[in-house]
Amino acid sequence: MTYIAKPKFHHPGLKKNELGYTHRDYEGKISTLCAGCGHDSITASIIEACYELSIEPHRVAKISGIGCSSKTPDYFLGNSHGFNSVHGRMPSVLTGANLANRDLIYLGVSGDGDSASIGFGQFAHSIRRGVNMTYIVENNGVYGLTKGQFSATADRGSKSKKGVTNTDNAIDLVAIALQLGATFVARSFSGDKSQLVPLIAAAIGHKGASFIDVISPCIAFNNHAGSTKSFDYVREHNDAVNRLDVLVGRDPIAVDYAPGTVQVVEQHDGSKIALRKIDADYDPHDRLGAQTFLAKHAAKGQIVTGLLYVDPDAEDLHSHLNTVETPLNTLEADTLCPGSAVLDKINASLR
Amino acid sequence: MKPTDIAAPDYFHKVVDCQWACPAHTPVPEYIRLIAQGRYSDAYMINWKSNVFPGILGRTCDRPCEPACRRGRVEETPVAICRLKRVAADFKDDIKQRLPHPTAKNGKRVAFVGGGPASLTVARDLAPLGYHCTVFDGDPEAGGMMRTQIPKFRLPNSVIDEETGYILNLGVEFKGGHRIESMKALLAEKYDAIFVGSGAPRGRELDIPGRKEAAAHVHIGIDWLSSVSFGHTDKIGKRVIVLGGGNTAMDCCRTARRLGGEDVKVIVRSGFEEMKASPWEKEDAIHEDIPIINFLVPVAFIHDNGKLTGVTFQKVKAEYDARGKRNLVPSGEPDQTIECDDVLVAVGQENAFPWIEQDCGIEFDKWHMPKVDPKTFVSTNPKVFFGGDAAFGPKNIIWAVAQGHDAALSIHKLLSGEDITERPLPEVHVSSQKMGIHEWSYDNDISNDKRFKVPHRDKVIALKDIRTEVELGYDVKLALGEAERCLNCDVQTVFSTSLCIECDACVDICPMDCITFTPNGEEDDLRHRLKAPSPHPDQDLYVSSDLKTGRVMVKDEDVCLHCGLCAERCPTGAWDMQKYFIEMTYAGSTCPTKSRSAA
Repeated sequence: MTYIAKPKFHHPGLKKNELGYTHRDYEGKISTLCAGCGHDSITASIIEACYELSIEPHRVAKISGIGCSSKTPDYFLGNSHGFNSVHGRMPSVLTGANLANRDLIYLGVSGDGDSASIGFGQFAHSIRRGVNMTYIVENNGVYGLTKGQFSATADRGSKSKKGVTNTDNAIDLVAIALQLGATFVARSFSGDKSQLVPLIAAAIGHKGASFIDVISPCIAFNNHAGSTKSFDYVREHNDAVNRLDVLVGRDPIAVDYAPGTVQVVEQHDGSKIALRKIDADYDPHDRLGAQTFLAKHAAKGQIVTGLLYVDPDAEDLHSHLNTVETPLNTLEADTLCPGSAVLDKINASLR
Repeated sequence: MKPTDIAAPDYFHKVVDCQWACPAHTPVPEYIRLIAQGRYSDAYMINWKSNVFPGILGRTCDRPCEPACRRGRVEETPVAICRLKRVAADFKDDIKQRLPHPTAKNGKRVAFVGGGPASLTVARDLAPLGYHCTVFDGDPEAGGMMRTQIPKFRLPNSVIDEETGYILNLGVEFKGGHRIESMKALLAEKYDAIFVGSGAPRGRELDIPGRKEAAAHVHIGIDWLSSVSFGHTDKIGKRVIVLGGGNTAMDCCRTARRLGGEDVKVIVRSGFEEMKASPWEKEDAIHEDIPIINFLVPVAFIHDNGKLTGVTFQKVKAEYDARGKRNLVPSGEPDQTIECDDVLVAVGQENAFPWIEQDCGIEFDKWHMPKVDPKTFVSTNPKVFFGGDAAFGPKNIIWAVAQGHDAALSIHKLLSGEDITERPLPEVHVSSQKMGIHEWSYDNDISNDKRFKVPHRDKVIALKDIRTEVELGYDVKLALGEAERCLNCDVQTVFSTSLCIECDACVDICPMDCITFTPNGEEDDLRHRLKAPSPHPDQDLYVSSDLKTGRVMVKDEDVCLHCGLCAERCPTGAWDMQKYFIEMTYAGSTCPTKSRSAA
């Protein structure tokens, strides 16, 4: 970790977003992770996405569990709401917060241990229920805080830093998320911000359960030959199916790709995603096709990245449950607790 | 772009903006760090070696370093480099033991015309090498314009005595009150070399109607200042007009305030911003209740039978032509007459060489200036060198010092039988400052403080006595605060392509968005693809060779804070913070293996 605080000075020519903020205004405290950690690049990408979307920091709730990844909400959006919860319990806390106040933007930040091991069940149920959130897994395939044991996402056959081969099968969180009905599923790489930043921006704009698996090399314990989550391995085996730009309201980004290869997806919040196809046959609206595609490429040792599936007309948990639109904290006491007469009526209707 | 050659001595030198801008290339960040550590004597010696007059320059320098200071591009104001130099001089211990000692003479004799900063610098460099140096000056004491033209309330005699004394005590022979009247006669004395550092001693005239008639109350600024300096003049009328907008005008008006001038005005042809005076000197004058009136051109001195009563001015305005050149044109308003008792004319200085005969082998150009080589400072007579204001017209002390060093090197090479056009390269040291995982040998935590003001003496007291120094200088605490503002630009960010794994950690942490990883391209193209805008194309881009992904690392040096966070966050040590120290080449420090041509 670094002993000094990041200097307050910023480049005098930094651009400002619609709110008059620079990207520096979306930072948090200085990172205490190891130098070069992929998680810090994901932090920078979240900062960049929120800056580009001109999000008011007080409208964001960032919620995490335990682990290197779950420390990172301290390093971005220093003026947002935050909850560093129990190991693997981020999804429950997020779901609860979301039910109480649907007006906030929910960022769930987790890791492969937090989501694929101790919190696997929690992960599954929050996706299954369609909680309106952006669920980011900072996936390094290793337990960094306890010195580099294989995690549940480590590929079978990959080697630890000490040279031990992993004999367990890997959980592919993207495949699980697809199967459980996530309505926005993507994979990216911490070393490729040009892909990651628009994915995060698009996921924030998506109404429903958005899931992004970000491969994030662990410099200290998982960046060696034999690892399948190292910078070199991911760069060599990265098979990006598409690239995208997020077009926000008044200031659309000019898309200068060759005609015919760009597909514009309009999201629920009015933002548009311009998808540039790299793999001409890949259709991000075909859940079943995506699952097959992923399985085939995984078998070949390729890491498929990009926006893998999106349902722009998705619904979320609130619409399923028909909950009140007003956040609970702004409802008057008599509305929140209408009294025993109302309770009696409800009870009577259930008899 | 080609990969940056950081081994070229100029590349990192340029990054140290202050040092690069200083004509004498004083290692500014190095001495500022020493001040922060309380090592004032060490800081003084670094200055003494480089600019010879730290105490004097710490009060009077024109500070080319400060507009260049990187801090000025990061926040509003640069580091107060000049006044920190004074701190080193004020708080140092006795440094006499650290000065060179007079050595056995080598039998070669060098004569100096004028005892100002240029001559004294040459003598300082040559005397320790055994040259017999003889300095001639028309004034009784050494110092030249530093003693005669700069008012004592800005620069006390004690400081001049001390710093000229350090040089004269090296065994330099000073012949005061001995004005050289003939170059021919001097050449006949068979010196091995002659250095002319006689300055720009003539104040420019203002030849307008009434000048002759009102002569008793119209004074030439620099002559009047020198007369005040020697105590020949001790009063002036109550209403004084100072004509001119340079630093001499500022010295004139402030001096007049102390000699009985109650209503002192500075009247300038140009606008306020275009005035030649340094901003801080204008501020000091205004602070002493001296109004500066702009866009008035003097057209006549008004007198009553030879007794000056006022000056008439034409009103002008600035107009800019298509090329952006400014012209002052009459505004059409009626002329204005301003009453006064005395006028001080400070409209410029000129060189004058009536004492150099035409057949000395010294050629002059059409502006009556000697033809002098700008690198070696030799004239067309191979034994005669010029430096300071005498060589290229009025500039500042620090230029005279820089030229003096170069002239001394030339003289030393000439008298050693070497080619004076071969200039040895400076010696450069680059060394890592890493002390621990996140520990550096310099303080990399960036101070957010604004520039600290130098305390001034109370105005009522200051205006009473012409010898009372106005500026009190920083105390130790203020000096520490100001020193901490320095960004340590000499501690360089050094990048090793082979170690980089392109993890982006440096890009993410850099507070100034200096670093970009991108495909290579031409400079103009690259500058448009950087993470943050690049508004200063004079600031270099540091470009790596090709990385594994085929991209290059590009760092815009412009606003780098040298905080070292890139190196702290780099997992492989591809970034390192390395201190760059350049030893300029002085007479006697020749390094025969490396040299570059003077041309």
